[in-house]
Amino acid sequence: MNPQQLWISFYTMLRKDIVRMFRIWVQTFLPSVITSCLYFLIFGTVLGSRIGDMQGVNYMTFVIPGLVMLAIVTNAYSNTSFTFFQSKFFFRGIDEILVSPTPPWLLIAGFISGGIVRGVLVGTIVLLVSIFFTGLHLAVHNLFIILGFAILTALVFSLAGLVNGVYAKSIDAINIVPTFVLTPLVYLGGVFYSVHSLPHIAQYFTYVNPIFYLINGFRYGFLGIADIPVWISLGVLGGMVAFLIGINWYLIRTGLGLKQ
Amino acid sequence: MSLALEIKGLTKTYATGTQALKGVSLEIPEGDFFALLGPNGAGKTTIIGITTGLVNKTAGTVSVFGHNIDTETELAKMQIGLVGQEVNFNPFEKCLNIVVNQAGYYGVPRSVAIPRATQLLKDLGLGDKMDQNAMTLSGGMKRRLMIARALVNEPRFLILDEPTAGVDVELRRGMWDYLTGLSKKGLTILLTTHYLEEAEQLAKHVAIINKGAIVEHGTMDEVLSRHSDGTQNADSKGYRGGRLEEVFLKLTSEK
Repeated sequence: MNPQQLWISFYTMLRKDIVRMFRIWVQTFLPSVITSCLYFLIFGTVLGSRIGDMQGVNYMTFVIPGLVMLAIVTNAYSNTSFTFFQSKFFFRGIDEILVSPTPPWLLIAGFISGGIVRGVLVGTIVLLVSIFFTGLHLAVHNLFIILGFAILTALVFSLAGLVNGVYAKSIDAINIVPTFVLTPLVYLGGVFYSVHSLPHIAQYFTYVNPIFYLINGFRYGFLGIADIPVWISLGVLGGMVAFLIGINWYLIRTGLGLKQ
Repeated sequence: MSLALEIKGLTKTYATGTQALKGVSLEIPEGDFFALLGPNGAGKTTIIGITTGLVNKTAGTVSVFGHNIDTETELAKMQIGLVGQEVNFNPFEKCLNIVVNQAGYYGVPRSVAIPRATQLLKDLGLGDKMDQNAMTLSGGMKRRLMIARALVNEPRFLILDEPTAGVDVELRRGMWDYLTGLSKKGLTILLTTHYLEEAEQLAKHVAIINKGAIVEHGTMDEVLSRHSDGTQNADSKGYRGGRLEEVFLKLTSEK
């Protein structure tokens, strides 16, 4: 395939996924917005006023980057894992792409792009909603770091979702990872607190949680405060991207979980 | 004469240990209407799956119009259109979108794909269903939608894996008339079917596969004449099928 044909194939996959996510927007966009509103209301407004400041900023302002990151992580992951699993398991729609000349790397790119778009889009909506809870004030320390971490995080969790989608043999396998792995990691990754407020031993557990590094860097972009240097967060993100691309490339190229 | 499909020593052993193909070799000339026949589980769909990239082979080589599927995968796949055995499209998508998206995976721009898909759907009697979700189609309509999808990239080699299963007589005839017309225009067609009378009428060449091995192949006339000794199933007092059906039973029957 020449570059133009590759682009058309990629665009077809992305367009199809975006049309799907807008068609069922009540399932794709609304849940995260409602959940985030509840978090802002309870943790930010009701409890936040009693907690006071965290790392020198009021609690509501402190939790916003973490909650936006939570929306990006869960949406990017579930979009890719579910769409891939659906096309593989429910009606073998994945065969449409497998029989075509679309190369394996482009198939990966096509599926994860949908996850990135949804992750970043829902993250943006949650961020806009958060402004209503902060008196129309939004702190921005470094816009490039915010955008960079948002896109890289969506990329990482789209890739992770694709691994899940390829391996999953039942719909349970799609739900298990977000429920029992992803959500605890996000909650324990510093969405609601600074790592320095934890006991010493608990800090070590946080440092082995990859989500901590994403929230740390993202929060730095908004507030200019970080538990660890941002370059370490970027390094961890880069390593995760490379590792997950490698796994996906191997799975799709060899057809593991896809071809007999 | 160039070959649309050339298979040499193809073997496939599934993870379960089942040996589905035992060194199959097969040649399909360009422009041919080729019938690949065999009982259930003989290996027909495995051959098609390997050729189209849906199944990994264990050993052997497959070339489509001279393009090796391992080393020139994209070029080989560009030549192929597949109508699979199972309905495999998103039932919540509109018919037109299913066909247009398939064109996109082959790199055909939407400006070209939309009029092409529209024409194909009209030709196959689905002109008034284009904007309906695929789930509203009847079984026969779904089969025709799959044919339209397989043709939208203008393949040189069309593979039909039991395309008329569950389709009524009138629709089947309509489909065969349409596909025969395409064959006359030069499209190479590989057909698997359990309707042996249809294969006998339509195909120029035939191969019969049983338990993962080709047990007979040649032109339809050659195969029929090789087995026309009139003794087959002579003792049978029950239903007797067409000539090809008798040959098929002789070569594949467990008795």
